[in-house]
Amino acid sequence: MRIALRIALAASAALLTLGVAQAQEKTLRIGTEGAYPPFNNLTADGQLVGFDIDIAKALCDQMKVKCTFVAQDWDGIIPALQAGKFDAIVASMSITPERKEKVDFTNKYYNTPSALAVPKDSTLKGVTKADLAGKTIGVATTTTHFNYASKTYTDSTIKGYPSSPEEQADLANGRLDAIEDDIVVLQQWLDSPDGACCKILGQPSPQPVDIFGPGAGIAVRKGETDLVNKFNAAIDAIRANGKYKEINDKYFKFDVFGAES
Amino acid sequence: MSATATMVERPPPRARGWPRPRIAGYALVCMWIAFGLGIVAYLVLAWNPAFFAKYAPAYLKGLGVTLSLVAIAMVIGAILSVPVAYGRMSSNRILSGLAYCYVYFFRGTPLLVQTFLVYYGVGSFRPQLSEFGIYLPVFSDGLTLARFTLWDFFKDAFNCGVFAFALNTAAYQAEILRGAIESVPRGQWEGAASLGLHKLQTLRKIILPQALIVALRPYGNELILMIKASAIVAIITVYDLMGNAKLAFANSFDIQAYIWVAVVYLVMVEILRHGVEWIERRITIHLKR
Repeated sequence: MRIALRIALAASAALLTLGVAQAQEKTLRIGTEGAYPPFNNLTADGQLVGFDIDIAKALCDQMKVKCTFVAQDWDGIIPALQAGKFDAIVASMSITPERKEKVDFTNKYYNTPSALAVPKDSTLKGVTKADLAGKTIGVATTTTHFNYASKTYTDSTIKGYPSSPEEQADLANGRLDAIEDDIVVLQQWLDSPDGACCKILGQPSPQPVDIFGPGAGIAVRKGETDLVNKFNAAIDAIRANGKYKEINDKYFKFDVFGAES
Repeated sequence: MSATATMVERPPPRARGWPRPRIAGYALVCMWIAFGLGIVAYLVLAWNPAFFAKYAPAYLKGLGVTLSLVAIAMVIGAILSVPVAYGRMSSNRILSGLAYCYVYFFRGTPLLVQTFLVYYGVGSFRPQLSEFGIYLPVFSDGLTLARFTLWDFFKDAFNCGVFAFALNTAAYQAEILRGAIESVPRGQWEGAASLGLHKLQTLRKIILPQALIVALRPYGNELILMIKASAIVAIITVYDLMGNAKLAFANSFDIQAYIWVAVVYLVMVEILRHGVEWIERRITIHLKR
């Protein structure tokens, strides 16, 4: 009798945990940065908005799962994913070999080039290593732009910032000669009153795939192939059904998806 | 002497066997030892010569930046702390009020906030700062005069860090100095006055030597706190020890980057702690019986 009771208890406990696990699977926690407008940004009242957020919501609708969002500093975003603080990163993260060692990526969901911005009165003419020799360039650390800048502009001083707004502030007040960032992020800032000081200088060329990767993808913990496949299917689906274009047109005048892969 | 000796209560005898607090104590110590061994084991297992070869020079460079930042800030802070401490002890209401506000602000707000205020706050006053300039002789193609403005100073992140840290530590050091001077009994001042010594002479020859013994430990603590707090400058783009660790982590995603930097800070603090203890042993020889 006792044994039977125990077995019944154990079985119901197992069922309960299973139920909990399934319930958890249905809400997907998405990690993002919240300091990279127009892709992801925190509004003054603490709401996450932007292209990444809208895409993530569309993907969740497509996959028929409930999603919650978590804002996390860029520097610690991969460790936080590994620590289980959230299940996927939708934060304009470029797919790179170093990151692939730590996380699994979906296919790209957009791809925009890197560019340099300078003050309007800058005497800089081009974006080659020689043009920028002896100058100070600000870049957000832990980004593909930073990796490119520190490998390419070896005759310049590279200053690392925690995120894009800080490097923009320092370009505006004259501490920097140039900043390198995603062209869309730069353009958004230049169009705002804060960015009135500055202009786009140009795009470095070529932009090697082994540094910049094929574009921005969604990162999940290693081995979660199922989730990757679901995301990939959902990306293809929203590309096909026009949802992607709708979100794209809300933010940009051109197609940020880049070339079909 | 015997009268005082009888008044001192004997400590209770040590408990025998294994009372609960002792078991808990041993268990806690064992846990910490296991934790420490775990970290050491991890470092040994994860020992990565490639990581070391790649980033050790950067760490060393960062260590130099950290040490020079703290050293410069501590010295400037020590100099600044003298007038502030004087103000705090002054009977002049305005002077003591001002000094009080200074200390209150810098001890009452986080150093991180102060550093941000200096770095990004000053950055937004660039046009005004560029107005104030002085001409200094410079050696470039012979001796020429070059104009240096306040902006030239604040443009550099390292200078901003030193500026914020010096102001911050000046407030703490002023309080240490004031406390130490006030800990010397009034009778010392009166005795010196009765011998016809001038106030400054009294301060320099009688009060300060006694006060600085009291101040040594708090000074040592302040130095240790400054070394640890200096990691803050990594976020205003100074590549100090922490800045280089962050960079190493960004490139490798290897948690070793932070473990090693913790070890370096730990070693620095340990060396300082022993240094302070050694100085204290030396300067209190005359007090030992």
